[in-house]
Amino acid sequence: MTAILELENISKQFPGVKALNDVRFESRAGEVHALLGENGAGKSTLIKVISGVHKPDTGTMKIEGMPVHFDNPRQAQLQGIATIYQELSLYPELTVAENIFMGHGMRRRMGPFSVLDWKAMNEKSLELLTSLNIHDLDPHRKVGALTVGNRQRVEIAKALSLNARVLIMDEPTAALTEADVVRLFEIVRLLKQRGVSIIYISHRLQEVFDLADRVTVLRDGHYVDTKPVSETSEDDLIRMMVGRTINDLFPKLPSEVTHEVLEVRDLCCKPLTKNVTMTVRAGEIVGLAGLVGSGRSELAQVVFGITPAESGQVLIEGKPVQIKSPAQAMELGVAYVPEDRGTQGLVRQMKIRENVSMAVLSTLMKGIFVDNNAENDLADKTIKQLSIRAYSREQVVNKLSGGNQQKVVVGKWLASKPKLLIMDEPTRGVDVGAKAEIHRLISELAQQGLGILMISSELPEILGMSDRILVMREGEIMAEYSRAEATQENIAAAMMSDAVRNMNNQRKLSESSKV
Amino acid sequence: MTASTHSNSGAASKKDGGFLSSLRGFFGSQEGILLIVIIVLMVAVGTSNPRFLSQTNLKDVFAANAYIAVAALGVSMVIISGNIDISSGALVGVLITLSGNLAVGLADAGWPLMLVNIIAWVAPLIGGMVIGAVNGFFVAYLRIPAIVVTLGMFSILKGGLILVAGGNTIYNLPEGYTIAQQDWLGIPSTIYFMVILTIVVFLWLRYSATGRSIYAVGGNAEAARLSGINTRRVIMITFILNGLMVGICSLMLATQFNQIQATAPPGLEMFVITAAVVGGVSILGGTGTVLGSTLAAILVKTIGSAMVFINVSPYWLKAVQGTLILVTVLVDVLRRRRQSRQ
Repeated sequence: MTAILELENISKQFPGVKALNDVRFESRAGEVHALLGENGAGKSTLIKVISGVHKPDTGTMKIEGMPVHFDNPRQAQLQGIATIYQELSLYPELTVAENIFMGHGMRRRMGPFSVLDWKAMNEKSLELLTSLNIHDLDPHRKVGALTVGNRQRVEIAKALSLNARVLIMDEPTAALTEADVVRLFEIVRLLKQRGVSIIYISHRLQEVFDLADRVTVLRDGHYVDTKPVSETSEDDLIRMMVGRTINDLFPKLPSEVTHEVLEVRDLCCKPLTKNVTMTVRAGEIVGLAGLVGSGRSELAQVVFGITPAESGQVLIEGKPVQIKSPAQAMELGVAYVPEDRGTQGLVRQMKIRENVSMAVLSTLMKGIFVDNNAENDLADKTIKQLSIRAYSREQVVNKLSGGNQQKVVVGKWLASKPKLLIMDEPTRGVDVGAKAEIHRLISELAQQGLGILMISSELPEILGMSDRILVMREGEIMAEYSRAEATQENIAAAMMSDAVRNMNNQRKLSESSKV
Repeated sequence: MTASTHSNSGAASKKDGGFLSSLRGFFGSQEGILLIVIIVLMVAVGTSNPRFLSQTNLKDVFAANAYIAVAALGVSMVIISGNIDISSGALVGVLITLSGNLAVGLADAGWPLMLVNIIAWVAPLIGGMVIGAVNGFFVAYLRIPAIVVTLGMFSILKGGLILVAGGNTIYNLPEGYTIAQQDWLGIPSTIYFMVILTIVVFLWLRYSATGRSIYAVGGNAEAARLSGINTRRVIMITFILNGLMVGICSLMLATQFNQIQATAPPGLEMFVITAAVVGGVSILGGTGTVLGSTLAAILVKTIGSAMVFINVSPYWLKAVQGTLILVTVLVDVLRRRRQSRQ
């Protein structure tokens, strides 16, 4: 088999992050090549380089031996590279045929004009779909009315209409039902027979073994290895993906774990919170691991009253409560540092002082006006306690660095004197120095008796900070490990694959004491 | 950033001469620039035509147009909250007609004059708040975009007004009704309305919890909601207060002359929005002060009057007003873009 696509020494630097560092990749005609790595390993950046969205800083890219440079996605498309992103990029108000031919419509002559030839396009669409063994999709239907599985088939037909030689699929099964997954696999195999090279990204390891011929693993922006799937195993792949050492980025302080601050029983809120039962105790850091979309943030939002629970029980310090709104959660001593500080955490054009006091303003009143002195004191205290680097409390938060912005959000919630602090990706998008500082802060807060529920996509962070680790997948808590028994491998396995979990269970049963 | 930062940033930067630096801060802000532009414009036009600075003309510029600044207070609050109100002109038409007809009708029915006047003064305030509450309910609780809600309200009020009042003029207003004509201590009463209301609204927005919430909701509604702020209630309050300001504006306009034209003053809503935007209230919500909107209302009127005195056709006023809006919004957008890039 010959290589269609070859990448050598690809590096890509973003402000503050080296997303790709000397990465190579090669895919052949008629193969399914799986691309694996943790969140943030560089998979997305790599496929964006291949599809012309990002230009690499260094390195060469060849198609069938010829060097190519893409300035934009259009040029990549013309070279036969098609990408199906996780969020499908279709126009819901247009028909199937209109979507398939978006940007490269077929034309015919009408007198002196060249006009779009809808008849030909509808016929061609039908032909494309038929060639994929899709016989139940009318080219005249609006895409908005289709199921996710059908929309994906439209995307594939669109890729074919561009004569794609390389088809990149970014987590294509993430939102599919099982029946749709089976059909998708059939289509992928069909394309493979026709000599299309498929780059397949998935977190589900089982799919890699079902479908792929070779697999390439990335970690922290570095190339790890490429192997034929037949010569590897799930354990092997997981080790390749997560194998890194934990340094003292995680200052963990001893802390006295006492009573239960939060207990939830059979908590449900469709579609991503299913029968969740868990506890968080005072002085304890509970790490909540799981893939993006596994329902971690959704669980936090149920507990914080943003999307109130449909059923199940919530107990705060042993007392049953109903939490219907964030305001109510705050009164009960729950605080939530959201995932995205820009859209959910901060009012960017306001000052540090105004952001920090936002959640507790009603307690800072003197008559009908806000008590300036009390507010200033609070802001100064917060800046000092969290060592926020700013020239004054009057600085607009937009001008702070990511790490300092995050500290302002944390400060806002500490001002409400919570008993339970939920932190969703507390160190996303902050540099390493600030990361260590935020970790220290989390440790100190636990030491002071706060119960902390920390959601994170970074396994080292989960392992380094947590006293106890819960793993979620598809809205359920799949596993619980103590700090002592948790390893990157068993958490990653619980996050990703049924197969591994079942295997582990069987192993547990048969050997009765392993893992 | 604004006048209020005097005390705050002054305290924060004591070392480098707090007063001077906060003074510099003020003149670097939108409000400071407006003040400078107004003064420069007055001096320049006054030099070329001294009659511009005569007492009658200044009275006309400040007193006769104070009602625009008052309505701009309301719409500024609405825009700061991240919404918009384009119904205020039509609402003013309805409220002045309501007030005038009540005054004439009740006086004819033989009610005591004092009581008649009080009713006729208070009625537009209540009416304004009721319509504001309706707008606010649609925006906050039914989540219909404010531009759609207030566009609908604009048509309903304007159409209704023509049906009911037919553009008539209301004469024979009872004695004592026309408070906007009065001078108190030698200063026209409307100036008091404008100045006092501007200060009160400014302080309320800046130092009350609800006022602060309006900025928070306009700046980032999601973050505000997650901080326990009842965003719907805040939007509702904002629209009701806007209605109150429109009501006071109507009261000032209705009592300005000895007769009332029962129509909506043409283009008033655009005038009012212009004042807010030129005054530094970001159309994207979350920033700006009513000090700015009041100064901008004065500026626009000063320009209008100045044009007459230097023999420029007043028809240019609209074009100047439009240019002002575009320039201000452009500056605002560029400023934000620069900030977000950092």
